[in-house]
Amino acid sequence: MFEILEKKSLNPTVTLMKINAPKVAKKCEPGQFIILRTDEDGERIPLTIADFDREKGTITIIFQIVGGTTEKLNHMNEGDCLHDFVGPLGRATETDGLKKVAVVGGGVGCAIAYPVAKKLHELGVEVHSIVGFRNKDLVILEDEFRNASSKFVLMSDDGSVGEKGLVTDALKKLIENGEKYDRVITIGPLIMMKFVCQLTKQYEIPTVASMNPIMIDGTGMCGGCRLTVGGETKFACVDGPEFDGHLIDFDEAMARGAMYKPFERKAHDETCNLFKQEVEKNG
Amino acid sequence: MANMSLKKNEMPVQNPDVRNKNFDEVALGYTEEQAIDEAKRCLHCKNKPCVNGCPVQIDIPEFIAEVAKGNFEEAYKIITKSSSLPAVCGRVCPQETQCEAKCVRGIKGEPVAIGRLERFVADWHNAQPETKTEKPVSNGHKVAVIGSGPSGLACASDLAKKGYDVTVFEALHVAGGVLSYGIPEFRLPKSIVQKEIDGLKELGVKIETNTVVGKTISIDELIEEEGFESVFIGSGAGLPRFMNIKGENLNGVYSANEFLTRINLMKAYKSNSATPIQAGKKAVIVGGGNVAMDAARCAKRMGAEVYVVYRRTEKELPARLEEIEHAKEEGIIFKFLTNPVEIKADENGWVKSIVCQEQKLSEPDASGRAKPVPVPDAFFEIETDSVIMSIGTSPNPLIKSTTAGLDTQKWGGIITDENGLTSKEGVYAGGDAVTGAATVILAMGAGKASAAAIDEYIQNK
Repeated sequence: MFEILEKKSLNPTVTLMKINAPKVAKKCEPGQFIILRTDEDGERIPLTIADFDREKGTITIIFQIVGGTTEKLNHMNEGDCLHDFVGPLGRATETDGLKKVAVVGGGVGCAIAYPVAKKLHELGVEVHSIVGFRNKDLVILEDEFRNASSKFVLMSDDGSVGEKGLVTDALKKLIENGEKYDRVITIGPLIMMKFVCQLTKQYEIPTVASMNPIMIDGTGMCGGCRLTVGGETKFACVDGPEFDGHLIDFDEAMARGAMYKPFERKAHDETCNLFKQEVEKNG
Repeated sequence: MANMSLKKNEMPVQNPDVRNKNFDEVALGYTEEQAIDEAKRCLHCKNKPCVNGCPVQIDIPEFIAEVAKGNFEEAYKIITKSSSLPAVCGRVCPQETQCEAKCVRGIKGEPVAIGRLERFVADWHNAQPETKTEKPVSNGHKVAVIGSGPSGLACASDLAKKGYDVTVFEALHVAGGVLSYGIPEFRLPKSIVQKEIDGLKELGVKIETNTVVGKTISIDELIEEEGFESVFIGSGAGLPRFMNIKGENLNGVYSANEFLTRINLMKAYKSNSATPIQAGKKAVIVGGGNVAMDAARCAKRMGAEVYVVYRRTEKELPARLEEIEHAKEEGIIFKFLTNPVEIKADENGWVKSIVCQEQKLSEPDASGRAKPVPVPDAFFEIETDSVIMSIGTSPNPLIKSTTAGLDTQKWGGIITDENGLTSKEGVYAGGDAVTGAATVILAMGAGKASAAAIDEYIQNK
C-alpha cells in the first residue's frame, strides 16, 4: 500500500507528503508525474513529482487544496494509505547540453520547479531561480531553491517578501543585465507561463513550460489533457508534460483548465462540510 | 423433436422509455424454459457450420444439446473448453456476423440464438453456489501479461490452467481493460467482469494494477530483472483519434474514450461520483461504431437529447444491429450522410454548435465501403453543448516507444507472426494492439493462440 510517511503543511493551502512508492521512486525523473486516488471511489488526480528518494523508495508530492479530492487528501495523515498511486508518467525534463538555465516558478508550481532546479544544479548547470508568490505567507521551498541556485530572486505581488512585482519583471531585468540563458524552464499558473513565454520569445531564448491539465488515465487513453502546440494536438500525459513554450496555445489551455471549476468548487465545499459535520459529531 | 419456429425466442428487455433513464442492464436474459425451447431449434448439423464462424471455435451444437436437455453445467463446461469469458462474449460478441451468420436455420427464418444461449449458460453457472476452483499444480515458469483486457485475460487464463505462474500488469486501478472502462454497465454489468477476474485469481493469476509497463517497469526489466521467461502484450488500442477540425479542443468536446471512462470507470453516472462530466442538454456523437452507440446511449441516460452523425448511410453503420436498434428504441436520433467540419464556441469557450456538411455516396473506397463525398455548399448547423468524437482508436504508443527491438506497423500495430510472436524473442502480442480496434472475441482468440505458443516456447527452451 501507498503509505503516507510524512506530512507537512507548507502554507495554509499547500501541503507536502512523502509517500511510500518504491516502484515509482526507482524509475522517476524530475518533470514526471504520478496519478493518485485517495479512496476506492475517488477521482484520479495527477500531481507532478516534487522529490524522490530511490533508496528509501519514497516520492514527495506537494499539492494545493483546490477541489474535493485535494481537500480529502489534506485530511489524511501519516500512517494512512492512498488507495492508488501510479507512475512515473510523462516524459522527464530534458537536461542534455544545458549550461545556464533560468528556472521560473510561480505559486505551488514552485514545488515542481524545484526538483528540476535541483537536478540541473547537480549536473553542474548554472541555475538562476526566479520564484513568485502572492504574499509572504504563501512562500514555499525558499531554502531548497537557494541551495540549488547560484542566483535566487524572490518576488511577491504585494511586496511583503522579496521584491514587489512579477516574475517576468525579474526575468526581464536579468536578461537586460546581460545574463545569457540557453533555456528558460517555467512552471506555474498558465497565465504566468504565458507571459514568461511571451517575454522570452522577444529575446529568442528557448523556453519550456510544464503543463498540468485535467486528465484521467495519464497513459494517452482519454485525450482529456490535449492541448495545441504549434498547431498540432498533443496529449500532455504522454507527449509532455513539458512543451516548447513558444508554441503552446495558452488561451485554449486556460479555457480547458477552467472546464470543471464550478464542479470543483462545489466538490470542495461539500467535502469541507462533510469534514465539519464529522468534527461536530465527534467534537 | 426440434422446435421449427422461424423466429428466435425473444430476449426479454427493459422497456426503452424506462431503461434510457437508468444504467441497469438492458437485456434481462432467457429463463430456463426459454433457453431450453430455443436450444431445441438447433438441427445439430453434422458439419457444424456455426463452429467455423466462431473465432475461438466453441463446440456450439454440443453445448446447445446439453441446454436442450437441461444440463446447464455440462453446457458450461463445453463452452469453457474454448472460451475464457462466456458471460462477457454472450453479451458483446457480434454473433450475427459470426456463428449465427453460418446457422442453417438462418437460411429460412432466424438463426438459433447462439449468443443468448451462451449468455444464459454462463449466467446460470455464475448463479450457482461457488465451487472452489482447484489451483493447478505450478510448473515453476513465470509469464508476464501486459494489459487485463480480453486478450490478456484469455492468455492468462489458459497459461494459469497449464500451471504457469502468471502476473497480469494493468495500468489503471481496476482490471478488465475495455470491459471495465469502455463498455457501459447497461450492456455489460461490471459485476460480471469482476466475476471473471476473480475466477482468474482463484487459478493463481496475480493482477498488479497501477503498473504502466513502459513507465513503471519496462519489458526488458520484466525479463532480465524480474525473471519472466515470456511476455504477452495485450495493451489494446486505446489512443483516441480526432478529426482535426476547428474547435475540437473546445470545452464540452470529448473523445468517446474520455466520455465512457468518466462514466464507466469513474462512475460519473452516479450522483455521488467525485469525477465530473458534462453530458449537456444536447449531445452530438460523431461516428457509427459500437463505441459511438455506447457513448450515445450513455449520454441519453445522463439526460441529454442525443444525435448520432455518421457520414455514410444506415446500411454502412459498423455498429452491431442490436445496438443500433436499441439506440433507436431509446430515442437516439440518427443523422446520416453528415460529416462535421467545424465546432463553434460560445463566448466562454464552450461548445455552442457543430457545423456539418451533407455527403453523398460514391464508388467503394479501400475499405470496400461506398466512399462519402461532400456535397458542395450543403452546410448546416446543429446547436449542441457537447460533442463526443467516436471515430476510432489506435494502439497506444507507450510500449513501442519504450521497448527496443519491438517492430510495429506505421500506424502503430505490433507486428507478429500467426502465433503472436513479435520481433523480440519470448515476447508475444495479440488483440487490438496487433490488429487495431476489433472485437472482444477476436482479442480473446489471439490471447489464447499466444498462450499456446508461449507454452510451446517455454517447454522447448
